[in-house]
Amino acid sequence: MDFIFEPWPWFVGGPLIALSLVLYFYFGKNFGTSTDFETLCTIAGAGKVADYFKKDWKERDFGLMFAIGLVIGGIIASNFLIPDQTVNLNPKSVQELTEIGFANVANQYFPDEIFSNEAVFSFKGFLILVFSGLMIGFGTRYAGGCTSGHAITGLSSLQFPSLLAVIGFFIGGIIAAWFIIPTIF
Amino acid sequence: MKNIKFLLLGIFFAIVLSKSQAISWFRFYEMFRFQSFHMFGIIGSAIVISAIFMQLFKHGKIKDIHGNIITPKKKEKGYVRTIVGGTFFGLGWGISGACAGPIFVILGFKFLPALILLISALIGAFIYGLLSKKLPN
Repeated sequence: MDFIFEPWPWFVGGPLIALSLVLYFYFGKNFGTSTDFETLCTIAGAGKVADYFKKDWKERDFGLMFAIGLVIGGIIASNFLIPDQTVNLNPKSVQELTEIGFANVANQYFPDEIFSNEAVFSFKGFLILVFSGLMIGFGTRYAGGCTSGHAITGLSSLQFPSLLAVIGFFIGGIIAAWFIIPTIF
Repeated sequence: MKNIKFLLLGIFFAIVLSKSQAISWFRFYEMFRFQSFHMFGIIGSAIVISAIFMQLFKHGKIKDIHGNIITPKKKEKGYVRTIVGGTFFGLGWGISGACAGPIFVILGFKFLPALILLISALIGAFIYGLLSKKLPN
């Protein structure tokens, strides 16, 4: 039972992610999470303003069920499966973040500097979340996929556009971690 | 409820991501600073194992539940859309530590910030939908 409550190493997480992908395809659908953003837009009525969203969302209802499952799984994991959220972070990362003013680095999954109520209700914190969300939503649809659709499904099926997209993900992520985060904090 | 299996798979996937810390902001910071193998190990091993299954799919050794050959959707080609779109996505991912799937999972951990991320991501996807015909490929 201890194994359930301890953090899972990469060689457990990676293969189980692959298993999820295999099951998704076995169930007859194409694995990828960010398409659900479009489906949610369609449900919200975006089809009235843009032809792009004029689709029958009922053909994508499996993706919505998957997304609802993700939320339920998150609630289960956070409440029952992770008694200790400490992340065994590289001491160098801890030091860098401490130097730019982060407190309690890696004592929990999410830093208070971005995810606490104080941060969310501050002008800066709110902007950080809105900007990130806009980039995620716009970027993934323009690129045609996210980490699951491009990095895992696309690369494993040897698709060249996915390689380009993943290079883009890393260009953006590196700019964020090396330049933006040290600047805004 | 033919879709209940997707609900269960979503729950399973969320637990895997949560338990292997693949939703932690700190893990992604560390990954983009190249200071840990953890996330590279997770994504890398997921890709390698998936690639083996992709070959089995391709040659029809494993068919889907309806008996059809499994073929992943072809991704749209284009240098600008993949690299520029990818870079935008990476910026959002790198700053917030959340990619598309984890946003839904984080709703179960940190509801309010994840909700703001999700609504903004939907607006971002909506803006893309408005502009999709005008953007370069």
